[in-house]
Amino acid sequence: MSLTEAILLTVVAAATPLLIAALGELVVERAGVLNLGLEGMMAVGASCGFAAASLSGSTVVGVVAAIFAGMALSAVFAFLTLGLAANQVASGLALTILGLGLSGLVGEAFVGTRLDPVGRIEVPGLTDLPVVGKLLFGHDPFVYIALLLTIGTAWFLKRTHHGLVLRSIGENHVSAHALGLKVLRTRLLAVLFGGACAGLAGAYLSLAYTPFWSPGMTAGRGWIALALVVFASWMPWRALGGALVFGGATVLQLHAQAASIGLPSQALSALPYIATIVALVLMSLGRGRSSAVPGSLGMPFVPDR
Amino acid sequence: MAASDAPLVAMLGIVKRFGALTANDRVDLQIRRGEIHALLGENGAGKSTLVKILDGLLQPDAGEILWEGRPVVLPDPEAAARLGIGMVFQHFSLFDNLTVAENIAVALPGEGGRSEVARRIEEVGRSYGLTLDPSRPVWTLSAGERQRIEIVRALLRKPKLLILDEPTSVLTPQEADGLFTTLERLAADGCGLLYITHRLEEVKRLCSRATIMRGGKVVAACDPRGETVAGLASLMVGADVHEVRPAPAHAVGKIRLELNNLHLPAPDLHGTPLTGAMLQVQGGEVLGIAGVAGNGQSELFAALSGESLAPRPEDVSIDGAPVGREGIDARRLRNAAFLPEERLGHAAAPRFTLSENVVLSRHATGGLVRRGVLKTGEAQRIAREVIRVFDVRKGGEDPPAATLSGGNLQKFVVGREILREPGVLVVNQPTWGVDAGAAATIRQALVDLAARGSAVVVISQDLDELFAISDRIAVLHAGRLSAARSARTATREEIGILMAGGHATDAA
Amino acid sequence: MRLELVPRGDVPGFVRLLAPIAAVATAILIGGLVVALMGRSPAAALDVYFLQPLGDSWGLQEVALKMIPLVLIAVGLSFCFRANLWNIGAEGQFVVGAIVGSILPLALHGAGAGPWVVVAALVMGAIGGALFAMIPAILRVTLGVSEILTSLMLVYVAQLGLDWLVRGPWRDPKGFNFPQSVMFESSAQLPPLIEAGRLHAGALAAIVVVLAAWFILSRTLFGYGIRVSGEAPKAARFAGFDANRLVVAAFAISGALAGLAGIIEVTGQIGQLKPTISPGYGFTAIIVAFLGRLHPVGILFGAFAISLTVIGGENAQIMLKLPLDLTTVFQGVLLACVLAADALVTNRVRIVRTVRA
Repeated sequence: MSLTEAILLTVVAAATPLLIAALGELVVERAGVLNLGLEGMMAVGASCGFAAASLSGSTVVGVVAAIFAGMALSAVFAFLTLGLAANQVASGLALTILGLGLSGLVGEAFVGTRLDPVGRIEVPGLTDLPVVGKLLFGHDPFVYIALLLTIGTAWFLKRTHHGLVLRSIGENHVSAHALGLKVLRTRLLAVLFGGACAGLAGAYLSLAYTPFWSPGMTAGRGWIALALVVFASWMPWRALGGALVFGGATVLQLHAQAASIGLPSQALSALPYIATIVALVLMSLGRGRSSAVPGSLGMPFVPDR
Repeated sequence: MAASDAPLVAMLGIVKRFGALTANDRVDLQIRRGEIHALLGENGAGKSTLVKILDGLLQPDAGEILWEGRPVVLPDPEAAARLGIGMVFQHFSLFDNLTVAENIAVALPGEGGRSEVARRIEEVGRSYGLTLDPSRPVWTLSAGERQRIEIVRALLRKPKLLILDEPTSVLTPQEADGLFTTLERLAADGCGLLYITHRLEEVKRLCSRATIMRGGKVVAACDPRGETVAGLASLMVGADVHEVRPAPAHAVGKIRLELNNLHLPAPDLHGTPLTGAMLQVQGGEVLGIAGVAGNGQSELFAALSGESLAPRPEDVSIDGAPVGREGIDARRLRNAAFLPEERLGHAAAPRFTLSENVVLSRHATGGLVRRGVLKTGEAQRIAREVIRVFDVRKGGEDPPAATLSGGNLQKFVVGREILREPGVLVVNQPTWGVDAGAAATIRQALVDLAARGSAVVVISQDLDELFAISDRIAVLHAGRLSAARSARTATREEIGILMAGGHATDAA
Repeated sequence: MRLELVPRGDVPGFVRLLAPIAAVATAILIGGLVVALMGRSPAAALDVYFLQPLGDSWGLQEVALKMIPLVLIAVGLSFCFRANLWNIGAEGQFVVGAIVGSILPLALHGAGAGPWVVVAALVMGAIGGALFAMIPAILRVTLGVSEILTSLMLVYVAQLGLDWLVRGPWRDPKGFNFPQSVMFESSAQLPPLIEAGRLHAGALAAIVVVLAAWFILSRTLFGYGIRVSGEAPKAARFAGFDANRLVVAAFAISGALAGLAGIIEVTGQIGQLKPTISPGYGFTAIIVAFLGRLHPVGILFGAFAISLTVIGGENAQIMLKLPLDLTTVFQGVLLACVLAADALVTNRVRIVRTVRA
């Protein structure tokens, strides 16, 4: 395996959790809800997934547990913001704090435990193809799930009636309600989907990316995924591209540190975060103040009775 | 009673309360198949509440709804749609960033693919004369086109009853004529229509029955074709509301407010640019600015008030001074006052008390601030004075603005500006959604202010209002301001043509 | 079945005061449940968390010490949150304040300078925090970049910057290679309030800031502008306030107070720079701000409740072997309860059985 190939493989690996989490949040935001609790839900997914996998010995059980943990936490968010119409930004922060704490409580007992990392799917014949073989057919299952998820969300939003309903609700919930669309029910489902994706992204971190759990292992990836949604202008395919760019920044930083290019390691570690800010700035420069933002994003909905 | 003899829908003894206000007080309403039934009443009479109940948006506190003779419960708009009740809203329920086809398809679950929807849009459009391009995003369309989307969407759900809430309020008189033709076709096809309005001429022309509401109650039911406009008006308004007294004869003075070839780009994607606006308003006159909503009214207001700055100082002048580059407070210091359209959220902060809301527009001019510190006692004194002079009804000593009724809050914010005795006053939609009594008080105050020598500009979509209080009327269409003409000699037809973007013969 | 919200209209003042108290009680119940699930005694935890820290003067001083940074940051945040601006990067502004404020004390180390150094350090710390907070503010007003994500990203940048400084240029050469600066000279440290006590002069600064912020927010035209721009942005424009200047000003105030908190923590308590100067004060202060209903005096009470749980959590780790993360969980639950209580003050909840037509 050549060095370039190896680097590209690590870029894909670094991009995968960002993409999965961002796709979930993208659907949530398209429905008009801003859930800032991504970091907390990912953290809970990482620890619950790892705990379940090491107790059961099954990765699949771990992944399912992570998904349910993410959904459970997002249900708390849904209760606050949809049920009680509480402020979405503040509720998302509460979710982050709660999730980081819970993840520590759950994960504490498993510090130092190692699991076998999730294996790669190798297709005899195809994986051994020169150049593209490993890049197309040499990843772990999460990578293919992320790809299917991208296709699925893009198709759902653009081509299905429910996708149209969801986008309409995010665009203008007052009009949607007047037309008889189920604003709160749709948003509840979207938020739960976002939680499931965040949990899955967390599971990827502790089950495939690094095969152990450590406190604070999400390291701001939830926040970067949030930025990715903005960067992608709320479009699934652009999220895929953006995730590779952000993943690339992470990997670049690791390789630069290994190569000791003279910059302090902290400057390189800061790279993904600075890249996020630069990306947000570039997006704003590019589109001015256009209408890509869902019209009722972040606004609580209380129907008249 | 056999189902076919029963009226299409009967609402019996409907009661709806909002806190202390009874919006519907034991209201009865029956609509038959194939009739165009008018629901008449002033703003605030309870019409909108009643139809929202019929559309499932609101739940009645008491009463019964019979659909084709059978009692029904309507928990949400979807349930109403399943029965065959369609609604065309006064404030459209559209999605600006979606296309026409998407806006329509979203209301039609399980109706095949996009091409099928596009085909049916075209089909309905052809048979009722409602042409639409399915692929255009809605924000690029005019108000008339938007209303067509609403109607086509309602029709594709194959309604047995179609409710139209003030459908002509956003249309030019000529567009309204086109709508009437469509409605008559629908009625002939057997659809029941409930037509909500406060415009009496329309009712006489279109409707075979009318139910008239006042103060939340049904006060009369009649055949409008056999009534006079004056008779309908007295039923609708009641006897206790006086008309605006014409101002006593007064001299019209020098020019106090002037626009000099103002060009202003649109503030955002969905806004309207102003092009070459010219305007001269003299002391002692009320100048009305007519126009269909969305033709640049808020942009013009922002340019006059200084919320948007003009490119050049000489674009806007107050009492001869070039103020185009001055902000709203600097213009207030030149004794100008402004009142925007949106009461809650723009003219007043909803959760702030009335005295805090005095500070909003008076802090620059009112002796309310000393070295950066607010003088709350003075603000309370001014609030009390406004409340007294304009007879503002409220609960509590100094309640939050949001707890006042629309009419009372409007009287408060109008009073807040007028008690300053401004030399120039610009108001946008002074009586929108306000009860008849408060509207009369406000109009009188505007006319009286002009009679004392001020220049008053009234931007309004209500032509009746403009003809009642203006000395001259100009028309705003697509960001272009027409020359002003005398309100005494101008006809509604002339103004209507200008509102539609046509050119009237210069009769003024 | 579904939940339905019914607006309550005008709510009497005591209900608004009662809401945070009810929230704290609910959060304690949930916290007790978690402790029970972990197989420990909730009663013992309650005692260690909430009662023991108040039992002696040592515990009280520790609680007051934790309150200082929390109050300072939360009061600053209340300016932003009141204006509907989401500064969630106070942690970074705290760190930058500590860094910038340390420049003089470190440069003058061994030069025998007078006690003016600590005053200059506080001023520089506040300025550093303010400038750092203005980055997201300026990006927002000039380019429309959401302040939420930029302010948060800058936290990581600030923390890595501090890490670099104390491992690199500012490392104490005699510090056995620990990542930390030299101890500040006593002229560069805040004096204790009580002889031989731990509580330092920073407590006075916090009280002054609370009173000043209360006056500014409720009685000045500037504070009025902040409040109205959060409540109704169009009304603020109608009143003639410059929205962009208010955004920058709110962030500057918020950053200055977070930066001040950072340098006060270093000069008052720790005495040197190291990577672990903050256990997440900048994030905890968000909870404090909401618990205090974004009111400076309320924040005083909110900070008291939260720092009680922090000290209690440290004790519980030692005495009951309860993990520190339990405190984080409790704080998250508390914030959720406060937000729920706030929502329930504005709206009543009715459970409705859905009827089909």
